Amino acid sequence: MSPDRLAGRLAERFPDVHVARGEVTLTIERDALVETLRYLRDEADLAFDFLSDLSCTDWPGREPRIWMAYHLASLLDHRRRLRVKAGLPADDLRIATASEVHPSAGWHEREVYDFFGVTFDGHPDLRRIELPEEWVGHPLRKDEPLGGVATQYKGAYVPPPDQREL
Amino acid sequence: MAERIPTPLGGTEVARGVQAQRLSDDLMVINMGPQHPSTHGVLRLVLTLDGETVVDCQPVVGYLHTGIEKNTEYRTWHQGATFVTRADYLSPFANELAYAISVERLLGIEAPPRAQAIRVMVSELNRIASHLVWLATSGLELGAISVMLYGFREREKILDVFEAITGLRMNHAYIRPGGLVMDLPEGAEARIRDLLRDMGSKVDEYESLLSGNPIWVERNRGVGVLTAEQCRAWAVTGPMLRAAGVAHDLRKADPVSGYELYDFEIPTREEADCYARYEIRLAEIRESLKIVEQVLDSMPGGRVMVDDPKIAWPAQLEVGPDGIGNSERYVRHIMEESMEALINHFKLVTQGVKVPAGEVYTCVESPRGELGYYVVSDGGVRPYRVRIKDPSFLHVQVIPEIVRGGLVADVVASIASVDPVMGGVDR
Amino acid sequence: MTDAVRRAEEEELRQGILTTTLAKLVNWARKQSTWPVTFGLACCAIEMMATGAGHHDLARWGMEVFRASPRQADLMIVAGRVSQKMGPVLRQIYDQMPEPKWVISMGVCASSGGMFNNYGVIQGVDTVVPVDVYVPGCPPRPEMLMYGILQLHEKIERRGTLT
Repeated sequence: MSPDRLAGRLAERFPDVHVARGEVTLTIERDALVETLRYLRDEADLAFDFLSDLSCTDWPGREPRIWMAYHLASLLDHRRRLRVKAGLPADDLRIATASEVHPSAGWHEREVYDFFGVTFDGHPDLRRIELPEEWVGHPLRKDEPLGGVATQYKGAYVPPPDQREL
Repeated sequence: MAERIPTPLGGTEVARGVQAQRLSDDLMVINMGPQHPSTHGVLRLVLTLDGETVVDCQPVVGYLHTGIEKNTEYRTWHQGATFVTRADYLSPFANELAYAISVERLLGIEAPPRAQAIRVMVSELNRIASHLVWLATSGLELGAISVMLYGFREREKILDVFEAITGLRMNHAYIRPGGLVMDLPEGAEARIRDLLRDMGSKVDEYESLLSGNPIWVERNRGVGVLTAEQCRAWAVTGPMLRAAGVAHDLRKADPVSGYELYDFEIPTREEADCYARYEIRLAEIRESLKIVEQVLDSMPGGRVMVDDPKIAWPAQLEVGPDGIGNSERYVRHIMEESMEALINHFKLVTQGVKVPAGEVYTCVESPRGELGYYVVSDGGVRPYRVRIKDPSFLHVQVIPEIVRGGLVADVVASIASVDPVMGGVDR
Repeated sequence: MTDAVRRAEEEELRQGILTTTLAKLVNWARKQSTWPVTFGLACCAIEMMATGAGHHDLARWGMEVFRASPRQADLMIVAGRVSQKMGPVLRQIYDQMPEPKWVISMGVCASSGGMFNNYGVIQGVDTVVPVDVYVPGCPPRPEMLMYGILQLHEKIERRGTLT
């Protein structure tokens, strides 16, 4: 199914579909997430039964602030790929869990919680996964620093990468 | 830091179908790792045991978390290649390939055909090297210690080839957005052909050593079964999916960088156990040898870096006596001959290339499965977000499904067949 | 008076020679078979395994047995980047090793944090354990690691005491 045909098929039900660089992106409201994922998985001609990736991007200063990105694929026709995006407002970073529809989302969601602080309602085990349990903060947010140290080299101090001008 | 300990269950099925009687109410919670000789890196498993049977298993990861994704946001697009290459350190070329192709798709360019052919060749050599490390460490963990020495012996030959081409044995930063950082040197093709000639017989040697060995068969047959339905639900790809009978390989299903030009097969098995994965990986080594030979026979000429001076990595590098460095001729050119070349070099190396705003998701077939890169640009000289979806992350998540109900010794065999690389899991 | 002093001097000299010879012997034995504990973390671990394998052979110096238990090892080669979560584990393994023990910090990530100057990586394991030899490289070639090991052997031989 070519990207344009897929976009046309999705546009029958979803209003916000667009194609760029050969990829189809479907933008939905965050409350419609589980229903959308279930529909995409169970429809016979779509059959998006494979959750390839679950991540997000932080856009501070914009509203919604965090954009979740669910990359779906189909095991039958792996050229058929789809990106589902849902935006989360800055003061309420929560969204429903996708792990009922796709069990592989469990650890992806733990990682997003760890790095960005997004809470997933209904997740069976929402704890930090990569950083130590007692870590404070969510480092991959744009307003958190990189956290390096100044490097000393032959008497001069080179500041860490996030504080250099270039 | 207490892990979740499950309440006692009634009755446990041992993997070979025998209903075991609960002997007592005591369940042991045992910690395996993170410093452990058999967990394939810094993986920590909290096993709940009923005697020798595994009732539950909780993997704890994060002991190698490096912050690569955040680091790429503070470097230029070209410098990102050196960071992502160290994520999954046993398949650096796969990481670099996916990153470079993502950036090229954002830029709207394509690498020249010669660069694409060489990319395929080094990726396949990388696949062979990674499978050899898997064979060596799996053999070591299951007790076949001589396989460790043989695996690393063959790998040294491949690393010699890598060193001749890129200047480094590991973590090369050779595949960059726009093409490759330098062309094949003199004599590289002859070395690779020597390698191809020897490697086939070595794989036969491993097969004769292990495949019929009753101990190897006993420890791997029927152990660590993961059905196709479970693979689909848990998003498992790579040799584990092919061992369950699904003939799915991204090199055929969604080829990048010219993989569609070469003729190779996808080995699959039906049993979905550790032995099937072992057979598949050995077969994959053979298929990769075929691909490398086809690439050498049909190598196109021409440039290895895209022709656009605003994007192409400006330096002409070559491998000298102490590693990679700028070639003498190029240094003379920018210092003495051409002011524009010097300014161009300076701007590209310090500021980097401006990539148009957008997002792409590129997948390649790494030796472990589907490696995906979600790269977001906001139009600047630095990546806005580089998200690495590593297959080992999902495979470690599925380890409890594989080992539940089996014996403790089977945990080692199962993890070895999953082949996780903790650098990819933790990034 | 001078007789007593001379006799005391001779006694001291004789004991000193005996102790020095014994110390030399013990140090020689210790350096000939330093057993490393398996502490391979990341890419440097693969190069460490390659150093232990057949082509570059660590068995020439009696080091091919990588002990899994720190109680049976006397050398810790910290090979790879040490994350914040791994730091306490590193210290715990180091504490479990019996004296005398040595630490080689292999690679730039272990020596100084390497290219990862960020929140996740400990900027040099010498903030956690005392290091004897630093081997730079990303990753260091097996020959570089072997040179570091030989430097460590010289350091062991220079120890003056028996303990």
